[in-house]
This record gives sequence, structure tokens and C-alpha cells, in this order.
Amino acid sequence: MTAVLEVSDIKKRFGGIHAVDGVSFEVREGEILGIIGPNGCGKSTLFNCILGQLQPSEGEVKLDGRVTTGMRPCDINKLGVSRTFQLLQIFPKLSVRENLILAAQEHKGTMMSRLFGPRDAGLNGAADQMIAFFKLTHLADELAGGLSYGQQKLLDAAMAFMAGPRLVLLDEPAGGVNLTMLGNLRDRLKAFNEERGATFVVIEHNMDFVMSLCTRVLVLAEGKVLAEGLPAEVRANPAVIEAYLGH
Amino acid sequence: MSEAARTRLNYAGVAIALAFLILAPLEFHRYGIYILSQWAVMTIAAIGLNLTLGYAGQVSLAQGAFVGIGAYCAAILTTQGWPLIAAIALALVLCFVIGWLLGYPALRVQHHYLAFVTLAFSTLAFLVFRNESWLTNGTEGIDGVPRPTVLGLSTTPHLYYYYFCLFMLALVTLATLGLVRSPWGRAFIALRENPLRALSLGVDTRRYILMAFAIGSALGGLAGALYAPLVGLVEPPAFTLTLSLNLLMMVIVGGSGYFLGPFLGGLVAVLLPEWLRVVDNYYLILYALLVMGLLIYSPTGLIGIVDRFLVDRRTRAASAARAAASASIERP
Ligand SMILES: Nc1ncnc2c1ncn2[C@@H]1O[C@H](COP(=O)(O)OP(=O)(O)OP(=O)(O)O)[C@@H](O)[C@H]1O
Ligand SMILES: [Mg+2]
Repeated sequence: MTAVLEVSDIKKRFGGIHAVDGVSFEVREGEILGIIGPNGCGKSTLFNCILGQLQPSEGEVKLDGRVTTGMRPCDINKLGVSRTFQLLQIFPKLSVRENLILAAQEHKGTMMSRLFGPRDAGLNGAADQMIAFFKLTHLADELAGGLSYGQQKLLDAAMAFMAGPRLVLLDEPAGGVNLTMLGNLRDRLKAFNEERGATFVVIEHNMDFVMSLCTRVLVLAEGKVLAEGLPAEVRANPAVIEAYLGH
Repeated sequence: MSEAARTRLNYAGVAIALAFLILAPLEFHRYGIYILSQWAVMTIAAIGLNLTLGYAGQVSLAQGAFVGIGAYCAAILTTQGWPLIAAIALALVLCFVIGWLLGYPALRVQHHYLAFVTLAFSTLAFLVFRNESWLTNGTEGIDGVPRPTVLGLSTTPHLYYYYFCLFMLALVTLATLGLVRSPWGRAFIALRENPLRALSLGVDTRRYILMAFAIGSALGGLAGALYAPLVGLVEPPAFTLTLSLNLLMMVIVGGSGYFLGPFLGGLVAVLLPEWLRVVDNYYLILYALLVMGLLIYSPTGLIGIVDRFLVDRRTRAASAARAAASASIERP
């Protein structure tokens, strides 16, 4: 199997803090890789380095064998990689539908066709499908800012899928989401993975969520990889229990 | 209110406004027509600023400078015998390019820092208008800017020039409406609301920021090119920071980021001072108090008040519908 994402020896320093301190891993096509680790161990910083929000101090990122370190986030996104952020990031003054159309409009046509072409950039149908898929149909034309936190969280995730990405990085998708919604979200993600072959990397503190969703788990501690393996292996690893899981 | 009813209401509103704008001046004095022409011209500049600031969220205190650049384009060219249309074309292109360049600082700094950068540009432009006498005739300014002949008709009478300005305003309105309703408009709003997320969704924020500055500034230039023949005399004091601040106030008082904001804000900024002339020296104070009162009551401007009213009605209608639905469930 080919590696969709290869991360080699990424380091990121903030002043004296080594937030990410030499992390390497690979993600293969169709995988759902979980990343866990204590607060402040560098998970979000790692995502930011992979997707261009931050420039790593050292190291290299490859997507489909192509080096992407130094590229801008919008260009990396156009290679078929999307993400969500740890803190909710939606556009409150746009409707749910508009949020979703925005999430894909830059992937179609040119600047000119977006200026003179149809208002929805031909994406209304796709947006409706995504809205139905995430069970938000009754809210399609509401302003996103008026949705509940959990609903906004679903919208946030839905936006990441709008452009039909091959690889999606999710930073704590389950944070603040209630149990029913959580099951719903997990089913949606699994369906995307199975039906469309999308590959995921998921940062998450909710262990049940990670264990029931991920095919492989990477454990970070203090900016370094502490362990890596199947969910069951990781859960049984004494070093992981010591550093993260407790008891 | 249903979608169709709202559309009908919109059309009715537009028809009434248009009828007023076309017919009212027939009853006006020369001065009234002049004031209304000024409204049309300054509204074009405010529409431009509303794109940059209201939609794309990029603070600019330089719109008055672009009006100045456009006005000097028109004054210099038409007094040399060029047709106004050539001056308009030059003003559009020149201000587009300069606006584009002014957008570069916005890629690095935001909010009040950006305000200072654009303020510096505004000052720079004023110094050029005043000091480069070989081009601008310095403090004396350029007098006798002629009005154009349109379709064989001289627009020297105020009324005819007013119709010309109104026509240009209509063109700008339609073009801007097309723009803000296109995917570009959505990208501008995304830029304003959450640039980090927009960038992660493939929105080339750099290109859209530059475009927002360039297009907004070009409209400022167009307004300037129409302003010069309106007043006939183009001199530096007309294009100081005060004009930029006035335009900013039009956008904010009308409703920043709302399509109709600049039209209403323009009305307030151009007409209110005229009406308040009766109170003589106190008019500026009264004007300032009125504006402050409005913004405290409705930070989203005049349109914000209308919007709130409509939302209230919709919520009330929705809760009435819900109440009716639950009542029919309880009564089997
Ligand atoms: N922009 C920044 N400037 C300075 N320090 C930063 C910055 N971003 C992160 N850090 C530091 O880097 C370290 C790692 O932060 P990061 O957000 O990656 O942790 P995390 O693993 O995502 O934690 P959590 O589980 O709480 O989300 C922390 O010590 C944090 O204080
Ligand atoms: Mg984090």
C-alpha cells in the first residue's frame, strides 16, 4: 500500500519550547490513524506543520510522494487534503449551505469562472447531499452562527469533506459533542472511509471514540512518538498507561 | 413572509426608489439637484469602500484619496480636451492598480495597524495633490472642469448631469450586486469572518484581499472622475482624511457589509447636514450626536435596524406556527 502522507522528523520550536521534537510517521491509503497524547504534547502543532499553518523548524512532509513543506495552506488543500481545527472554525454569518458551498468552490473552475459563473458554483446539489448526510437538512438555510455547538461541530466536519478530499485531518472532532451525536459522527466518518476510501488522521482525547474508529494509533508525549500500533496494543502498552491513560 | 413575497417586496422597493430618484429632481431647485448628484457620486465611492471594508473586512482610511486620484484624472484630462470617458477609464485602471498595491500591507497587518498604513497613504496622496504643481496645479487646483456631452446632449445643466451620475450609479449597483452574489462575494465574507479557516478550505486569501482593495479603490476612482465635472473645481483640501472618514461613516452608518448600506449612509451623510443647516453653528454637534445615538442603538447601522425588525417578525411567525402545530397535536 502506498503512503498518502509521510512525515519525516518534524520539529517545531516556539522560543525554548520544543512543541514537536522529531516526529516521523506514515499514513497509508484508507487508514484511520488516531493520534493521542496528554495536553500540550504537540498534537495540534503537528497538524499545523503538516498543513502549512505553521512552518516546521526542521523536517519534511510529503503528500503522495511530493514534498509540500513550505506550501501555503490553500495550495495544500487543493491537493486533496482538508482539516478541521481544535477550536470550532465556521463562518457564522453565512448559512449552513453557504458554508458548505464555500468549502468547495475554490476547487472548481478559475477566478474568472467564479466571478461570472453561477452563484452556487454548481455546488448546490453537492451541498444538499452533504447536509442530508450529516442530518442537518432542517437547518440548511439557517445562519451557521445560530446553530448549537454540536451542530456547528458537525458542520465544521462536513465542510472538511465537501471538496471530496483523499486525506482529512481532524483535530478533536468529538470535543463537546453529546453521546448520540458522537455515535452519529463516528458512523459518518466510518461511512466516508468505507464508501469513498477517504483516509483520516484523527486527534482525540475520547478513548472510546478512538478505539472504535481508528485502525491504528500513534501516541505522542512531550513532542515525541511514544508508541504506535493497533488500538488494543496501544491500550495495553505500559509506557502509554504510565504517560497518558493513567491507573 | 414567503420567498416570493419578499422578492415582490424587493422589486416594489426598488421601483419606488427609482421613480423617486428620476422624478423628484424635476421639482427640485438647482441646489437640490446638485446635492442629489453629490449623493449619487459619493454613494459610488461608499459602495467601493463597503466591498473592501464591509464585505472583505479590510479596514481602509484611503478611500478619499482614491476619489482624489479619480478627480485629478478627470480634471487634468478633460481640461486638455480629452473626453470624460477616457478619464473614467484611466481613473478605473489607475486606482485598480494603486489599490492592488495598497492591498499588500493588508497581507501582513490587520485592523488598526492596517488603518494606519492606509492613513499614511491618504496623507501621501494629499501631499502629491498639493505639492506636485506641474501636474495638479498645486494649492490653486484645477478650475473649469467641463461636463461631458452624452449622446449629443450637453450635461452642463445640473439636471442632465444628475441623470448621467444616476445612470453610472445604476451600472455600479448592478455590477456590484453581481459581484457580491457570485462566489467571490462569498469568499470576501469568508475572508472577513475567518481567514484562517478560509485559507484551509483552498480560498486564496491573498488574491481575494488584493482584489477587494483593487475593486473598492477603482470605484473610489470612478466616483472621483464623476465628482470633478460636478463641482467644476478640483483642489487638494477636498481630498484630505476628512473625506475618507466621511466615506467610512457612510458605510458604517448605513450598515457595513449590507448591500444597501452605502445608499442609506450616503443619504444621511449628504442630506442630513443640509437639513440641519437651520440650526446653524450647532449642526455638526447635532449631526455627531445623531450618529453616535444611532450606532449605540444599532451598531450594524440603519440596515441593521430594518434587519432586526424583519428577523423579529420571522421569529414571531415561526413560533406562532410552532404553537399552532403543538396545539393541533394536543387536540386529537
Ligand atoms: N503559537 C504558539 N506559540 C507559542 N507556543 C505554542 C504555540 N502553539 C503551541 N505552543 C506550545 O506548544 C506546545 C504544544 O501545543 P499543542 O497545541 O500542539 O498541544 P496539543 O497536543 O494539541 O494539546 P491539547 O491536547 O491540549 O490540544 C504547548 O506547550 C503550547 O504551549
Ligand atoms: Mg490540540
